[in-house]
Amino acid sequence: MLFALSPATAQTPPVESIQIGLSTDAISITASFSGADLTIFGSLENPDPLVARQGRYDVVVVLEGPPRPVVVRRKDRVLGVWINLESETFENVPVSYSVATTRPLQDIAEPAKYKQLSLGAQNLYMKPADETDSPATIEEFTAALRDRKAATGLYSENVGGVQFLSQNLFRATVRLAPNVPVGTHKARAFLFKSGMFVKESSAQLEIRKSGFEQSIFRVAHDYSFLYGVFAISLAMLTGWLGRLIFRKD
Amino acid sequence: MGIYLPIAEISVNVFVLLAMGAAVGFLSGMFGVGGGFLITPLLIFYNIPPAIAVATGANQVIASSFSGALSHFKRGTLDFKLGGVLLAGGIVGSTAGIFVFALLRRLGQLDLFISLLYVVLLGTVGGLMLVESVNALRASRSGAAPVLKKSGQHNWIHRLPFKMRFRASKLFVSVIPVLGLGVGIGFLSSIMGVGGGFIMVPALIYLLKVPTNVVIGTSLFQIIFTSAYTTLVHATTNQTVDVILAFLLMAGGVAGAQYGAKAGQRLRGEQLRALLAMLVLAVAIRLAVDLFVTPPNLYSLTAAGLN
Repeated sequence: MLFALSPATAQTPPVESIQIGLSTDAISITASFSGADLTIFGSLENPDPLVARQGRYDVVVVLEGPPRPVVVRRKDRVLGVWINLESETFENVPVSYSVATTRPLQDIAEPAKYKQLSLGAQNLYMKPADETDSPATIEEFTAALRDRKAATGLYSENVGGVQFLSQNLFRATVRLAPNVPVGTHKARAFLFKSGMFVKESSAQLEIRKSGFEQSIFRVAHDYSFLYGVFAISLAMLTGWLGRLIFRKD
Repeated sequence: MGIYLPIAEISVNVFVLLAMGAAVGFLSGMFGVGGGFLITPLLIFYNIPPAIAVATGANQVIASSFSGALSHFKRGTLDFKLGGVLLAGGIVGSTAGIFVFALLRRLGQLDLFISLLYVVLLGTVGGLMLVESVNALRASRSGAAPVLKKSGQHNWIHRLPFKMRFRASKLFVSVIPVLGLGVGIGFLSSIMGVGGGFIMVPALIYLLKVPTNVVIGTSLFQIIFTSAYTTLVHATTNQTVDVILAFLLMAGGVAGAQYGAKAGQRLRGEQLRALLAMLVLAVAIRLAVDLFVTPPNLYSLTAAGLN
C-alpha cells in the first residue's frame, strides 16, 4: 500500500478505506435498561463500483467493551460437593464484545486472517496471566471464558447486522446486553475486499449509568464510609416509620 | 416493574422484592426472628450475587431488629448491660468475619462457604427445634404437664470465673460465655448476612438461663449494632451493600412483620416452633441440594483483582 504514495503509481485506482460515525459519543443507561441495539453508520471511500456491484466488499463492525482481568474457575466434585478447584486468570479480556457482519465470518475471509487481526469472539486473543500453564489447560479455560461470555449475552454476533444502504453507505446494528459494562467502549470497523483485509477504522463510545443509579454507584465507591452510615440510617428510619405506620400493639 | 440495582448491577422486579420482603417480614413477625437467615438465601435463589446478598441482608436486618427492639424498650424487656457485653464480643467476631469473607472471596470459595454454613447451621437448629417442638406437642396432647427446668439448676457455664451481675436479667454469670456468644454471632453476621437471632435466642435461654421475656428484646438490641457494624464494614471494604435492594426488602418487611406478629398470636408456642423448624429445614435442604446436584455450568467468571 506504500506504493500508492509514490508518484509512479498515481494512475492506479485509489485504495478503498472505511469510516464510521457514531451519532453520540456517550450513552447513558437508565434504571429500566434491558438491552438495546446500537446503530453505527459508516461509509466506504473510493469503492470500486464493479466490486461493490458483485457484493465482494464485506464489513465487520465490533463494539468492544473495556478490557479487564478475569478469573475463570472450574467446579469439580469433592466428596459429592461441587467446589471451585482449578482456575485460570486472563489479563485484559474485553468485558463485552458485540460483532455485526455482512455475512457469516467464515464466508468473509480465511480463519488465519481473523486470528491475525484478533477479530471475532472465537479469535480474540486472551492473554493468560500465568503463561507457564499447560496449553491444554489454557485452551480449555479460554473456551469456557468465551462460552460463559456468550451465554450472558456479553459476547454476541449479529450475522447480517451490517447492511449496505448504497454503494458507499452501510449501517451496522450491534447488540448491547442488559448487563453491558460501563466505561469506554471501542467501535471498530474492518473492511474486506474479496476475502482480503483492506482497512480498519475506529471510534470511541462512552457508556455510563445515568442519573440516580450512577450517583449511588459512585458514592458507594468513592465515599464508602458515608454510604455505609447512610445505609444504616435509612434502615433505622424505615424500621421506626414502619412501626409508626403499621403498629398493631 | 423492573428496577436497576446500582451495586448488584442487574435489573430485578420491584414487586418480587417487595413481596419477598413482606413474606419474610410476616414470618419474622410471627416467629420473633430477624429473618436474615431467610432473606439471604432467597436473594441468592433470585440470582443476586452471594457477596451482595450477604451485605445487603445485614443492612435489611437493622430495620427489622430496630423496629422490634423499640417495642421491647417501651415494655422494659431489654437488658442493656447484657446486650452491651454481647455487643463487645460481636464487634470482635464481626471484624474477624469480614477478613475471612474478603479472603474467601479472593480464593473463589465464598459462595461455597456461605452455602455450607447455611446448610450446617440451619440444618442443626431446624432439626433440634423440630424434635423439641414435636415432643412438646405430643406431651401436651397426652395431657402431661410440661416439664420445666428448675430455676436453681446450674450447668458448667455457671462455674466459670469473671462473674458479672446483670440486674434486668436477674443473672449472675461469667462474662466468658457471654462474650463468646457475642463473638460467634458477630462472625456469622458478617459471613452469612444474618442477625443471628435464631442462634442467640435459644443460646440465651438454654445456656445462660436468661428469662425468656428479656431474651428477644436483648437479642434484637445487640443485633441492631452487630449488623450495623457489619453493614458499615462491608460497605467500606467490599462495596457490596445495595441500598436500593435493602430498602425494597425493608419496606416490604416492616409492613409484613406487623401482620405476622398478629397472626402469630393465634397459634400456640409449640405449633409456632414446629412450623418455624420446618421452614428452617426446608431452606437448609434447598441449599444442600444445590451443593450436590451437578451445576448446569461448571465454569464461572469473576473479575480478578477484587480488593
